[in-house]
Amino acid sequence: MPGAMRGIPAAAPSAPRAPSFDQCLAASLFALLALLPLLSHGIASSYSLLVGERAVIFAIAALSLELLIGAGGLVSFGHAAFLGIGAYAAGIAASHGLGTLCLALPAALAASAVFALATGAIAVRTRGVYFIMITLAFAQMAFFIATSLAPYGGDDGLTWPTRTMVLGRPILKDQLTFFYVCLALLVATYLGVSRLIASRFGRVLRGLKDNETRMQAIGFTPYLYRLTAYVIAGTLCGLAGFLLGNQAEFVSPAYMHWQRSGELIIMVLLGGTGTLYGPMLGALAFLLLEEALSRLTEHWKVILGPALVLTALFASGGIAGAIAACRRRRAAPRVPVTLPRLVHHLLDAGLEPARSWRRAIRRRLLRPAHLFKRGAHRARAACEPATLALGRGLQALPSLAERGLKTSVERWWRR
Amino acid sequence: MSASLFVVQLFNGLQLGILLFLVAAGLTLVFGVMDFINLAHGVQYMLGAYLAVMAYGITGTFFLSVLLALLASLLFGLLLELLVFRHLYGRDHLEQVLATFGIIMLLNQGVKLLWGAAPLNMPIPDLLSGSVPLLEGLRYPVYRFAIIAAGVLVAAGLYLFVTSTRLGMLVRAGATNAAMVSALGVDIKRLFTVVFGFGAMLAGFAGVMVAPILSVEPGMGDQILILAFVVIVIGGIGSIRGAFLAAVLVGVIDTLGRSFMTDVLRLVLAPTTARVIGPALASMSIYLLMAIVLAIRPAGLFPAKGRA
Repeated sequence: MPGAMRGIPAAAPSAPRAPSFDQCLAASLFALLALLPLLSHGIASSYSLLVGERAVIFAIAALSLELLIGAGGLVSFGHAAFLGIGAYAAGIAASHGLGTLCLALPAALAASAVFALATGAIAVRTRGVYFIMITLAFAQMAFFIATSLAPYGGDDGLTWPTRTMVLGRPILKDQLTFFYVCLALLVATYLGVSRLIASRFGRVLRGLKDNETRMQAIGFTPYLYRLTAYVIAGTLCGLAGFLLGNQAEFVSPAYMHWQRSGELIIMVLLGGTGTLYGPMLGALAFLLLEEALSRLTEHWKVILGPALVLTALFASGGIAGAIAACRRRRAAPRVPVTLPRLVHHLLDAGLEPARSWRRAIRRRLLRPAHLFKRGAHRARAACEPATLALGRGLQALPSLAERGLKTSVERWWRR
Repeated sequence: MSASLFVVQLFNGLQLGILLFLVAAGLTLVFGVMDFINLAHGVQYMLGAYLAVMAYGITGTFFLSVLLALLASLLFGLLLELLVFRHLYGRDHLEQVLATFGIIMLLNQGVKLLWGAAPLNMPIPDLLSGSVPLLEGLRYPVYRFAIIAAGVLVAAGLYLFVTSTRLGMLVRAGATNAAMVSALGVDIKRLFTVVFGFGAMLAGFAGVMVAPILSVEPGMGDQILILAFVVIVIGGIGSIRGAFLAAVLVGVIDTLGRSFMTDVLRLVLAPTTARVIGPALASMSIYLLMAIVLAIRPAGLFPAKGRA
């Protein structure tokens, strides 16, 4: 795409900066995970390592989905297909005695990439809900193909003869090694995806999510960028599938079930899109919740279900959103509680009769939010003239920005 | 591939299509009018079946229990709308997916908790049991005919309701441009509630109808939910007419594919290959259909006009 390269100047090489809060958070998450084998002792250790491995593998999958949802605005409801494809490709290779790292891993990645390219070529043409549905359709097709693979287990799934061999030795068989390999791959995926999102490609992708028309107007082809993102995300999820298959030494069509795709979306949302640590935390939280609740009661879904509903209703940004809100609150200057202000608030709340029980309950439960909303309303009314002027300024801003962009592009072009 | 088997499967396909329509009609309205992705629509179908079984256990008469189950599904739909869905209109689709996925989890497990994981059954009423001769030497169960008839009646009623009543006009207007309807002074929230309750009742009705012929078990709504989504995407979101045609199309293609795909493939492929590929291709056929339809007409067969 050399033609489109002209659109946005490449990112200026920046001096090494202090790591951002997000990066620190991700780094401490990795450090915690790395300490997991040391923290757990005795009989529980191998079990907690198993859970840890699963969490790390699903964090890779969630990261790859975040690349689509968070950066590309493409909600794929068929992402689990890549988990299955990666695991099947490596498993089939292993069942033919080709289960070595330099064969099985490329096979898994290539199979996922080819599937992503073939299905993405059609899916990426659609938008919004239609994209959700068409990715689901392709995942269902992959699911049914897997159930019909009679030589490779069909419905019952395929048991791998062995884990993938490294240089002819069963290095991955050792649980501790496998855990650290998974963790290293997670770190690598994190670094790769964060570089990708920060790169020119990632900025174009985010620009397409925000305003496709404008990006087209300055010379980008949305289709190619979205398709590339889809293929990269699919390949990364294929890597997660490869690891998942290795961990279980088994693969079945259930890996690709649509509910698994749904769970991947839930992980990303629970963690919060827009950040990279969010989806990783989401995957961790989802699996740990599942683990802890299922130990509590076999009907753990009765607890997790409402928890998801409450998350959607009251904490729409997920974990990352909650963390960001916390930081914002801390960063914001505190409004001192003075007597007149307090009296004003109390009068305000007391004077207005409860119109209905619903309202009353909501006010009692969500009092701070309620007061805040009302305060904001008043403030807005008070600063009406100022906001109007600001609004006019903001309206003019895009054209100004466009003009600025144009001149900078022209200048760059002339150079 | 005998002709009589073909006719029987055609009717089975029609019956599946009618059921799909009942589920998809509510889904497409909720989706079209409110722009709300309701993944929990499938569990409402499941709940309809469970409520019918429970009502049958209490009353002992089929028709009374159908009535009770319908009423209960309507109430339950309204309750869900009031508690959860109402607060999610206009939000990001992703949050709607999160919340409704949570409801699927809750209700699937909830019915397991209340009624146990074992499949339940409900007897076919005497009035509708037995079978009628269709062709020579070919009989078809009355109850399945009753399902088709009831579905067609509901479809006709729905069509009349949507095309020639004031409320139906508002529904159509809402599907085209909800903001404009609201700006013209219609209480859009009440309209949403009505549409939602009605959609839940239709899904519940489909569940009630299948209770005597399928086993009533947790998770029975999940498969039908995916099929219903396929139907509304093929038919065009927000379009009742599209949902009806697509439902019948999907039902017939799915049923015929499952019964005859292997035989058809055997004409061109080696028998062993056909036996492997046939079932997979049959299960995939409707998704293939959807992919083809979306590739040619990205907004479905009958898009509700004016949607961006």
